[in-house]
Amino acid sequence: MEKNLVLLLLLTPFVGFLFNVFFGKKAGKTISGAIGTLTVVVSFIASVYFFMQINQSKQPIEVSLFDWIQVSNFKLDFGFLLDQLSILWLLFVTGIGSLIHLYSISYMHDDENMHKFFAYLNLFIFFMITLVIGSNLLIMFIGWEGVGLCSYLLIGFWHKNQSYNDAAKKAFIMNRIGDLGFLIGIFIIGGLFSTLNFVELKELILGGTQNGNIFWLGAATLCLFIGASGKSAQIPLYTWLPDAMAGPTPVSALIHAATMVTAGIFMITRMNFLFDLTPQILNIIAIIGAVTALVAASIGLVQNDIKKVLAYSTVSQLGLMFLAIGLGAYNIAVFHVITHAFFKACLFLGSGSVIHAMHGEQDMRKMGSLKKFMPITFATMLIATLAISGIPPFSGFFSKDEILMTAFHNNIPLWIIASLASIMTAFYMFRLMYLTFFKNFRGTQEQEHHLHESPSLITFPLIVLGILSLVGGLISLPGNSWLNHYLEPVFTKASHEQHAFGATEYALMAVAVAGGLIGIILAYAKYIKQGLVPSEDSEITGFSKVLYNKFYIDEFYTFIIVKPINSLSNFFRTTLEPAASNLVFGFGKATNGLATQGKKVHNGSIGLYLFAFVIGVCAILIYLFLAQ
Amino acid sequence: MDVTTILLLLLVGSIATYFSGDKLASKVALLFSLITFGVSIYLLSILQNGGNINFINSWIAIPKVYLAFQGDGLAMAMVLLTTALTPLIIFSSFGNKFSNSKSFHALVLFMSFAMVGTFLAADGLLYYIFWELALIPIYFIALLWGNGNADERQKAVVKFFIYTLAGSLFMLIAFAYLYQKAGSFLIYDLYNLKLNSTEQFWIFLAFFAAYAIKIPLIPFHTWQAKVYQKAPTAGTMLLSGIMLKMGLYSVIRWQLPIAPMAAKQYMFVFIGLGVAGVIYGSIVALRQKDLKKLLAYSSLAHVGLIAAGCYTLTLDGLSGAVSQMIAHGFVIVGLFFAAEIIFRRFETRKIAELGGIRSQAPQFSSMFMILVLASVALPGTFNFVGEFTVLYSLAQTNIWFAILGGTTIILGAYYMLKMFQNVMLGETNSKVFADITINEGIVLVIIIGFLLFFGLYPKPIVDFITPSLKDILLVINRG
Repeated sequence: MEKNLVLLLLLTPFVGFLFNVFFGKKAGKTISGAIGTLTVVVSFIASVYFFMQINQSKQPIEVSLFDWIQVSNFKLDFGFLLDQLSILWLLFVTGIGSLIHLYSISYMHDDENMHKFFAYLNLFIFFMITLVIGSNLLIMFIGWEGVGLCSYLLIGFWHKNQSYNDAAKKAFIMNRIGDLGFLIGIFIIGGLFSTLNFVELKELILGGTQNGNIFWLGAATLCLFIGASGKSAQIPLYTWLPDAMAGPTPVSALIHAATMVTAGIFMITRMNFLFDLTPQILNIIAIIGAVTALVAASIGLVQNDIKKVLAYSTVSQLGLMFLAIGLGAYNIAVFHVITHAFFKACLFLGSGSVIHAMHGEQDMRKMGSLKKFMPITFATMLIATLAISGIPPFSGFFSKDEILMTAFHNNIPLWIIASLASIMTAFYMFRLMYLTFFKNFRGTQEQEHHLHESPSLITFPLIVLGILSLVGGLISLPGNSWLNHYLEPVFTKASHEQHAFGATEYALMAVAVAGGLIGIILAYAKYIKQGLVPSEDSEITGFSKVLYNKFYIDEFYTFIIVKPINSLSNFFRTTLEPAASNLVFGFGKATNGLATQGKKVHNGSIGLYLFAFVIGVCAILIYLFLAQ
Repeated sequence: MDVTTILLLLLVGSIATYFSGDKLASKVALLFSLITFGVSIYLLSILQNGGNINFINSWIAIPKVYLAFQGDGLAMAMVLLTTALTPLIIFSSFGNKFSNSKSFHALVLFMSFAMVGTFLAADGLLYYIFWELALIPIYFIALLWGNGNADERQKAVVKFFIYTLAGSLFMLIAFAYLYQKAGSFLIYDLYNLKLNSTEQFWIFLAFFAAYAIKIPLIPFHTWQAKVYQKAPTAGTMLLSGIMLKMGLYSVIRWQLPIAPMAAKQYMFVFIGLGVAGVIYGSIVALRQKDLKKLLAYSSLAHVGLIAAGCYTLTLDGLSGAVSQMIAHGFVIVGLFFAAEIIFRRFETRKIAELGGIRSQAPQFSSMFMILVLASVALPGTFNFVGEFTVLYSLAQTNIWFAILGGTTIILGAYYMLKMFQNVMLGETNSKVFADITINEGIVLVIIIGFLLFFGLYPKPIVDFITPSLKDILLVINRG
């Protein structure tokens, strides 16, 4: 029964994928979209069922299908584990997934390859579920690479545009750098513990099997973190995510904001018992998370493409989650993953609604005053913006505040960095809101003429996500956290006990809120009071230019990695390969030369032959004589 | 029934094909190759049920040579790879017109015969004869039915012939020496020889000369890319899909068990050579301008990793290597076929002249994409199973080998996706690209189906090859 339900949960989106691949075009857009959406809804319902079940029984569900890969010291089965953590992820993956599928029916309606879009989206959900419910690291890795593939396919969905294809390829390759780290981590863990199964690993580690082997444990967690930093876009592997905005906006919302990019956090949280053994690596994670949060937020300050702002904001928020993880506060990271999924999905879908109304325009300098044309989009985005800016009582306030508080208790410099990032976040988000929705319209008359609120298939998901962005914080209120209680069985250490809520905490909260307000006020002063519009690309100067060009990181990578590899390839191809080839020919030529010399001996003179024959016989006789 | 049935069928098939005339040749060849495949499956089932399918009979009195054929799990895996790919290769060429079709198809079957003989032979000299015999048909196939400038083609093919022949001669010398010690060429007599470390070193090296050129390992690969490019696609498929594996198979079957001390002593050198091939092949592949040459270098990278797995002398390394040989055999045949499908329509393999095919041929595009993904070992494909196991064995040997060899998952994705982008994506091509025909589709679907099925459920193959590999490891680790 349970096994069948797990299969239903997993395979329904896959059936949707198959349907859309083989029959989607014939079935027509409405049916294609409806089937694509319904299959995800089925998975969502199954997830809710499992959620209710685990709330009662508290017992994780383990299902094993068949033996998969084996190596000499262990066997891996194709199995699934539904515990509190994976079910939580399932809920928001399939829940938000359903909403975004629904949204896409309207958003992608004019695309000739809509059935393909739904096929890929279904396939993504299938792999994401695999990633989340896999019972061992390698099943997780199937999902991990699978979602990477879907990300590749969807970023390059409009495949006639080669710059989109470049972005897709870049995403895949950068992810694969991380994936190599992940694999090496798996190899080390497999070598140390002779299993990759999560439940068994946890038992072995809690039993202290390899506690002394601190070097290899550290190497393993570092490698896993490299994997996580690829998928979740952390320094130095984050540059693919902003480029990934080439994909259709629902993809940005689903894959590149709410779900796939949180896979790194999921993986580390899943392996928390291992990471707890390597505090040095956790420190590194905290630092990288905090720095990523700050760097990405600072780049976000000056971007003019509405989706790019949101992309950098995603990188920055993911950084905060890694900061929480690095501080050992996995539950807070998970909390922020969830609230972020709500408000960031809402923001991306909102931006999609705007782009839709603007007929594909993404440059905020050409927008303005949209709130009177698109009240629902505006209202929901405003809620989400308040949430991400950390203003109470919106959901982001609670999760972000907990991260900042944990940072303050553990490491003041990191707290400062994270707080700065939060101020910047409030600034660029309100900059986005002001430029898009306020003041005068700066686009063409033609565009203005067509401005309209989006249809209900688009606004409905916005409203749901808006509400969730508002109330999402309820799942983990300070001092009375349902989430922490729910996740308790997943974690081993009691290090994330609730801090007593005293004066310090209230002061910190006030500081955090004040920080958010400062950001908002600064944005207000600049873009409403002064009514500034960001200058044209060519007029950007000074440090803004450095920020606008993203610290030239892409150029730097091209210079130190891509170019050298390509030059090396050219050198090998044009110089080394022919040289090696000629060397072999050289032997041939030498043999030929020898033969030409030898040919002279074969001149047809019987006398010479006889002479040689006699010499030869003599030589043999002498040899035989001497040998005796 | 024993394994000689397969050989007989292929030989008879080859002759029958030749006499069936140009019109029927391809169909007769396909029929015989399919029957052979069926018989191989049947023999496999006998073997699985504990039956004996070996054959031994004395052949030449002096020197003592036996007609000895042994079908254990390892050999049968390679035989099945050959007999499964042969009908696919023949069928995939249905879309091509060959002059003198009867000779062409007879040669294809004959080549299959020689390769199966190489995999089954359990007598050194017999093995050597089959090994060299396999060279003759491919020489003519590449020379007579190849493409491009005839002079250049001849140069490439003759070089390939002489180069591999020269390498094999060292192996012959090794066999002569071994015979003089053991008084027989039978493989188990050779396994039982007690050779000192100097002898083992030279024997190992002599075998290496033959295998390194055949596989090929860098820097002995220089014949490869040109021959792949110039040979007709069916020939390229035979070479890359099966013939490369003769070298890798022989490492496991002959080189390692006969000279295990040398193998252990110099393990790191040879693993290093394989891993270097992974990186070198991948980097050279990046900037190739010809589709077939790019695939040739990707092959170089893949076999480097397989060889590295063999030289770890661990069960994981060997079993991963064999899985990867099978997976690579299928995927590379599929990829070369994709190149051929493109050539049939656009008459070019220059990557720069392609592009914008996807919007015209969605079915072909999807299948090509899946092959690309299998080639970069996406989990869920059989290629992942092999690559994972090999890399795992490398990691347990020395973590740096796994890291360096693992760059294949990054570089492989780089050159393959770049190729796919330039060949398939972009603005719709101005030339018309008709989507695949049913015949073409059948070939691709079979290959993809195989790779995906065993990617999810590799157990039958792994269980089937593991016992024979364990036996070989016992020999390697003897006394």
